[in-house]
Amino acid sequence: MIDYDKVLSDKIKKIKPSGIRKFFDIAGTMEGVISLGVGEPDFNTPWVIRKAAIQVLERRHIVYGPNKGLAPLRGAISDNIAKKHGITYDPDKEMIVTVGGSEAIDLAVRGLIDPGDEVLVVEPCFVCYAPLVELVGGVAVPVPTRLENNFKLTVDDLKDKVTERTKLLILPFPNNPTGAIMTKEDLEPIAEFLRGTDIIVLSDEIYSELTYGRKHFSIIELEGMRERTIYVNGFSKAYAMTGWRLGYVAAPEPIITQIAKIHQYGIMCSPFISQNAAVEALTSCDEEVKKMVAEYNVRRRYLVGEFNRLGLTCFNPEGAFYVFPCIKSTGLSSEEFCERLLYEEKVAAVPGSAFGDSGEGYIRISYAYSFKHLMEAMGRIEKFLKKLEAEKHEG
Amino acid sequence: MKNEIINILQQNARISNHALGEMLGISADEAAAEIKKLEDSGVIKGYSVILDDDLYDKSIVYATIELKVTPQRDCGFDDIAKTIMMYDEVESVSLMSSGAYDLAVEVKGSNLKDVAFFVSERLATIDGILSTSTHFILKKYKEKGIFIDGEDKDERGLG
Repeated sequence: MIDYDKVLSDKIKKIKPSGIRKFFDIAGTMEGVISLGVGEPDFNTPWVIRKAAIQVLERRHIVYGPNKGLAPLRGAISDNIAKKHGITYDPDKEMIVTVGGSEAIDLAVRGLIDPGDEVLVVEPCFVCYAPLVELVGGVAVPVPTRLENNFKLTVDDLKDKVTERTKLLILPFPNNPTGAIMTKEDLEPIAEFLRGTDIIVLSDEIYSELTYGRKHFSIIELEGMRERTIYVNGFSKAYAMTGWRLGYVAAPEPIITQIAKIHQYGIMCSPFISQNAAVEALTSCDEEVKKMVAEYNVRRRYLVGEFNRLGLTCFNPEGAFYVFPCIKSTGLSSEEFCERLLYEEKVAAVPGSAFGDSGEGYIRISYAYSFKHLMEAMGRIEKFLKKLEAEKHEG
Repeated sequence: MKNEIINILQQNARISNHALGEMLGISADEAAAEIKKLEDSGVIKGYSVILDDDLYDKSIVYATIELKVTPQRDCGFDDIAKTIMMYDEVESVSLMSSGAYDLAVEVKGSNLKDVAFFVSERLATIDGILSTSTHFILKKYKEKGIFIDGEDKDERGLG
């Protein structure tokens, strides 16, 4: 009998499974649960993109393709970044098409971090950063953001955490789970501080197309930041292409040259069909994206209004497709709140604590759902809150 | 604003003014006023209910009737269409561009015979109607953007 505990790596055994999953495993076993938990669009991929994929299947040999990605796609990505941010990346030397933004993050972390190196992780944030850092022996140092600052990163938050071992700052905006964004004004002092250091920024801008009221601003646009930033983006959220598994990383040549080796040996290349179709996304789907954003915006306003009406303070998120209401007034921890909400009213939400300690006291609500679904869920949440209120008075 | 309101109402016309207001970033009173404006100007003609007839009343029968019509001087097809739409049995009347036929009429009846008689005795006998072709509807899958048969299954994971 093999003792699997002995054969498995200590590093991997120490990693905790995602806190998002836990609740949904329970929810999956229950009848009549409505979920507010997903992290992907409810829209289908725009038809022109799907049609392009069908044409590839019909007419082409489905081959590996170049390691760094198909040339026309890299060209289109480079043009797209230039159009949005006025910054150019050489499609041959400064870019890799990856299997989702997730792979791009992994490449960046593995390419930069040696054992003992510290990585600043702005929290609350998506669950993958710290585990990926720990897998390479790095130390993830949380940099909490706060409701008082609309969950934006401030230079004071940052300064306290920097040491001689700090190598990388992970900057995930627009943010999952808070929906916070960083404007040019917000980023300037951060850039000013970083310019005096050798810290590299990993800017995860996967939600860049989903902002409400103002356009997304990238830190690469600020003076001296292109040379110290690894820019990560992808197709999943903007074009409702999660299942196509396609993202990209753009960075200065010396970085790309090194991390391209990880991609080459570990992945070889991103999916050929997806890459061909994605060219269409970048060149002819602006209107589709606009429509999706308009629809998300209506839902966003509804949820913010409803949570505030119900007495759960909810700051106005300007990006992504999440709201992040504060549940501290209920006296429950975010995990207790979500557990009771699931068992008693059959609504599945993700506790803020799954996104870092600074997420405690909040819950993440996704609005990648129809109105009908959201309205039903809010009705149940209202009932649940009334019940909690009644319990308080009894107690 | 107009497009946003209509898009929301098409998904759920029973939404409260309060919720509609939240979605649009305006007050409940302002939302009510916007709807009233659309009603008064005639953009919104009415509100209806979409039923699953299999659950509500299995005996109800729907048919689409294709009518060939002789157009009349000055008013084309309008006169005849207006005559047809006055019948309670008629759910919808549309002028078509196909050339194969002119008017598409949706008829509702309590059984097959009712509908067939309505067509042969009431519609076919109207002056100017050249021919009718009746197609009974066996099953509705989707109506006005709402799924009637087969919920759109959410296959999403939870990443």
